[in-house]
Amino acid sequence: MSDKPLTGRARADRQPHSLAVWRGLGGGVALTQALKRHSPEAIIALVEAAGLRGRGGAGFPTANKWRFMRLGAEKAGPGPRYLCVNGDETEPGSFKDRLLMEALPHQLIVGATIAAYAIGATEVIILVRDEYRAAAAALTRAIAEAEQAGWLGRDILGSGFDLTMRVHASAGRYIVGEETALIAALEGERPVPRHRPPYPAVSGLWGRPTTVNNVETLSAVPSIIENGAEWYQSLSRTDEGGTKLYGVSGCVARPQLIEAPMGTTGRELIELCGGIRGGRALLAFQPGGGATAFLEAAELDVPLDFTHTKQAGSSLGTGALIVLDDQACPVAAIARHMRFYARESCGLCTPCRDGLPWVAKLLDTLEAGKGTRGDIDLLHQHVALTGPSGRSYCDLNTGALTPLRSGLERFGDIFTAHLAGRCPVGRA
Amino acid sequence: MTRKLDIDGRIIEAKDGEDLLSACLTHGIDVPYFCWHGALGSVGACRQCAVKVYAGPDDKEGRIVMSCMTPVADVERVSVSDPEATAFRAQVIEWLMVNHPHDCPVCEEAGSCHLQDMTIATGHNIRRYRFDKRTHRNQDLGPLLTHEMNRCIACYRCTRFYRDYAGGRDLDAFGAHDNVYFGRAEDGPLESPFAGNLAEVCPTGVFNDKGWSQDYARKWDMRATPSVCPHCAVGCNILVDQREGRVKRVQNRYHGALNGYFICDRGRYGPLHVVSDARLRAPLLAGEPATEHDACAVAHAAVAEGAIGFGSPRASLEANYALQRLVGPERFFAGVSDAEAAMVRRIVALLRAGPAKVASLADIEQADAVLVLGEDLTNSSPRVALALRQTARGAERDLAAQKGVPRWLDPAVRTAGEGRRSPIMLVTPVADPLDDVAVMALRRDPLAIAAFGADVAGVLGGGTARDADAQRVAGILAVAERPLIIAGSSLGVAGIIEAAAALGSALGAKARIALLPPEANSIGLALLGGGGLDGAAALLERGAAKTAIVLENDLFERAPRAGVERLFAAAKSVIALDSMASETTARASVTLPVAPFTECAGTFVNYEGRAQRFFAAVPPHETAPSAWRRLDAFGAGDWHDLDELIGDLIVERPDLVGVADAAPDADFMMADGQVTRAPRPYSGRTADDRAGQFADAVIPVDLDGPMTFGIKGARGTAVPPALITSYKTSGQHSANNVTRFLEEVGGPLRGGDPGAMLLKRSEAALIDAPPSGPVTGEGLLLVLLHDAFSGWELSRVSALLAARAPAPRLLLHPDDAALHGLADGAAVLIDGRLFAAPVSLDASLPRGCVAISAGGDAPRGPLRRVRVEAAR
Repeated sequence: MSDKPLTGRARADRQPHSLAVWRGLGGGVALTQALKRHSPEAIIALVEAAGLRGRGGAGFPTANKWRFMRLGAEKAGPGPRYLCVNGDETEPGSFKDRLLMEALPHQLIVGATIAAYAIGATEVIILVRDEYRAAAAALTRAIAEAEQAGWLGRDILGSGFDLTMRVHASAGRYIVGEETALIAALEGERPVPRHRPPYPAVSGLWGRPTTVNNVETLSAVPSIIENGAEWYQSLSRTDEGGTKLYGVSGCVARPQLIEAPMGTTGRELIELCGGIRGGRALLAFQPGGGATAFLEAAELDVPLDFTHTKQAGSSLGTGALIVLDDQACPVAAIARHMRFYARESCGLCTPCRDGLPWVAKLLDTLEAGKGTRGDIDLLHQHVALTGPSGRSYCDLNTGALTPLRSGLERFGDIFTAHLAGRCPVGRA
Repeated sequence: MTRKLDIDGRIIEAKDGEDLLSACLTHGIDVPYFCWHGALGSVGACRQCAVKVYAGPDDKEGRIVMSCMTPVADVERVSVSDPEATAFRAQVIEWLMVNHPHDCPVCEEAGSCHLQDMTIATGHNIRRYRFDKRTHRNQDLGPLLTHEMNRCIACYRCTRFYRDYAGGRDLDAFGAHDNVYFGRAEDGPLESPFAGNLAEVCPTGVFNDKGWSQDYARKWDMRATPSVCPHCAVGCNILVDQREGRVKRVQNRYHGALNGYFICDRGRYGPLHVVSDARLRAPLLAGEPATEHDACAVAHAAVAEGAIGFGSPRASLEANYALQRLVGPERFFAGVSDAEAAMVRRIVALLRAGPAKVASLADIEQADAVLVLGEDLTNSSPRVALALRQTARGAERDLAAQKGVPRWLDPAVRTAGEGRRSPIMLVTPVADPLDDVAVMALRRDPLAIAAFGADVAGVLGGGTARDADAQRVAGILAVAERPLIIAGSSLGVAGIIEAAAALGSALGAKARIALLPPEANSIGLALLGGGGLDGAAALLERGAAKTAIVLENDLFERAPRAGVERLFAAAKSVIALDSMASETTARASVTLPVAPFTECAGTFVNYEGRAQRFFAAVPPHETAPSAWRRLDAFGAGDWHDLDELIGDLIVERPDLVGVADAAPDADFMMADGQVTRAPRPYSGRTADDRAGQFADAVIPVDLDGPMTFGIKGARGTAVPPALITSYKTSGQHSANNVTRFLEEVGGPLRGGDPGAMLLKRSEAALIDAPPSGPVTGEGLLLVLLHDAFSGWELSRVSALLAARAPAPRLLLHPDDAALHGLADGAAVLIDGRLFAAPVSLDASLPRGCVAISAGGDAPRGPLRRVRVEAAR
């Protein structure tokens, strides 16, 4: 039993295995066990006991989501039901799902098949962003192999369970990572978020019950079936089960992807990356990607799981650490994030569509040393008025403003210092 | 069921199941909004309607929600005036204005612009954004609409109306973030015949009426008059805007049972026929200009020789009645073919007899199964087709409701509804624009359509059908709770009307029926009685009369040419009264100009039998008086004004007493005086406000209606519905404010929707129609292709619609073409006359038919066979 259930079977060159090799590595065991030995309810109970929480960013308990789907399916009556796999990884700093799709496609396929069995889905659609062409190719080939091997299709492994699976190569956008926008994208509509209710569990893709799970979440499922809930739980340092694929980028010596126990600290992760680049000191880090609040040196020992990171004032998000050293300007970092989020706004609702580009321009101006006191006031006003959830149609806007809110709180003096006409931080 | 809501201390009774914004607006509580629309529902895009709601009496914090997205069931206590909510709304406006060009001084929309109203209401007046604005390139969207994308605030109303509501495909949202673009994939005319509504749906000046833009007057300088569209039998209510005697544009006038928030493009741009070059402005003698004195002398002499009269389905009931009074009922004829006159009279008899009740457009939208027999609704009665597009969504709404999604949450309804469609079944001769929402789209020739309808009725009566499709249709109608049958006279087949009636009888009291005659006052004309042209020609040939008076009618449009020629040959003199020049006026012995519908008052009776009054939008001109005044001068009556004429009418015809109730009399007054056509003034005065200040500025008098042309008078929500000239109230200047005038969103106007229903169901049993004879002669069955933009003679001369009209078409089934030795693109003679378009092959057309564009060389008339041959 590997202590790296997600990446333990990956080839060193990150190329995908053939199905035959994958089977040889024991990669088919979970499928047989799940379909032959467990009822759908038992699988959900197992996943619940394992403490698996959604790895897309929100950390919602996976078992609960799956139960909603079963309730939703009852409400919706007979007809197709969908499991959508969210492979639109676009969060700044996040590059974990890419590895899982490129190097370990069979693991995802098995995980998705088990999930589909548990929730009663009739079709799985894996949405992959356009830039991940190698991932889409690997998955497409692996699905064909799985169909050949009887892992997909009619009466899978003699269990009576039928399932089709396909890859949807999407144009992709940041907003497509939002589950209802992902559904819209699959329907060929503009990828903009949809109103909830109806929740996708009741009325999702083509109006039918739908569950959307992240690639990493589903990739963790086979190991839970193979080794049990207790084992999975025990991999973690905290109450939240399993391992986490942390991606560390920014001012570290060797940016990399690390599968480590859930609850590994920022300090450990940065050390695994060879420490801060050039031996400099840490200024701050975002623990969960571009849309999460900054933590500083004092928080280096916070166990990075959903609960503890939230208690520290930030969130685990996708587990993508973005590290700033003491010569990196936080205003510049936030400005760059903001340009991204302003560009990725879907354009549906006003605060995000017209607010974020304004904020991005204010930050650029400030960073260029041309800002005014009024500009900083405007930044504060945007954070105060539209930071709270519910002001915009979806949470993109709230997320985009999170690093700004936290930057203004933690580095207000650096913002103000920019009013002198130049960036006060080392390198800039 | 209602529930009490506390809104800033005021208790309102909100309707269960509605959204908070609708509840506020219908109770006169102003909450600013952009993306919400009464017909399009809530989408939550603009975030302008934020209010604070509290969970219960103990909740001191509250939370901000979008009122349009919040069911009233979720809240008890609401604050619109809460400082945080107010600050948020002010910020939303500031965001919306970030890229708005602030070009109000040169923008057509200014003065009744929803964006202006909301900006002022929200208190945003200083711009803090100091960077470059985003700019767009505009598109040429054809002759009907302007496009100025820089003004866009991205409320998505345009695409929601155009695509989701009206079924259009060629307008969409492109791009993302602060660069969303609403337009076509490339320049070109918008295809939908409902595109003109974008001018009203848009809350600012992105889309506007191009005709008005080119012949522009400021909104506050125009006078608006309630009127009724003359371009089909639906009778949509319109507002006609004019300045200094020139009609500038037409806008929708809300009617809860009929057009609601939307009209079609023919109704919006067609009325501009009154400013076209085809207006007849001076008398003619034998086609040459003459003086009023000379022309009248000749006309009087001719009338004295004994006259018969031809009424018109596009003239008012009053004008037709005046003509009937002048010549006497035996000498009064409908200026249409005998077949059409009989068919419309039969429609009247059927509606009176029941048992199926006539369906308003609001009823049509409620139907749960619809059979359309023969009518290409999108092109013949477009607004009915738009209603059917909503009907089709009924099943989707039902499924969504089962899943707890309210009707007003429109995008969610589309998701939860799983794309279900209520059954709409079309049985028509040619490919139909409604095919995309139909569960069955059957192509049959005109006679087969009548037989099909009769077949379905037979199955419902317990028989079996030869046709499996008829069996299926009957099955669907039988289980429907609110079945609807739509038929009409477009194909000139009496049997189709009979089949529809038989279906109505077979389905019983649960059924509704809509029988569509061709024109705005076809029913009014039929109510007066009288046969068609053919009988009249015989009478003239017998010498029983020497003169034919033709009222507002180009006979060559409404009956086959041979019959009209026979008439002209038989009459010693023809007197034409018309507002428009036509072949009839050119060939008449004497032609006298009369007022078009924008310069006089009168009544149209629509397909439902609803009498609706239109009023003079432009002060009447002495050179072109109301037609009934011309006839009065010939001795028809002794009427000083329209009310006196109506008084005589209802004495003679007690069954038409409702005509007097269609609108208030001319002496109707409110506390503030007569209702004014002028918009609510801002501070100061407008350029037109000269009356009373200058000796030469006298307010024109309108004897026939209760509204003044002056600036002072009554306005606002207390005005009777038939007289509403604008939806402005203090601070609310755009038509979005119509909500204030409604009993509920999408419901009737406060005080009831305008018009009076004339066709009371009677006890009298219906007499069976005489069986229609076979269509004799040789050749192919003639199917007239109607066109939403071209319509009939009046709309065709509107310059804007003429620019939008398609080229004429001639369709043949490939086998028939081969039989006649005609290849695709061949020039064709029809009954010996060269047709304007070459052959297009269309395999979906039933065998044995030729389909050609209506109008011009293809007049109305009974279904007939025509000779089709290659032109050498």
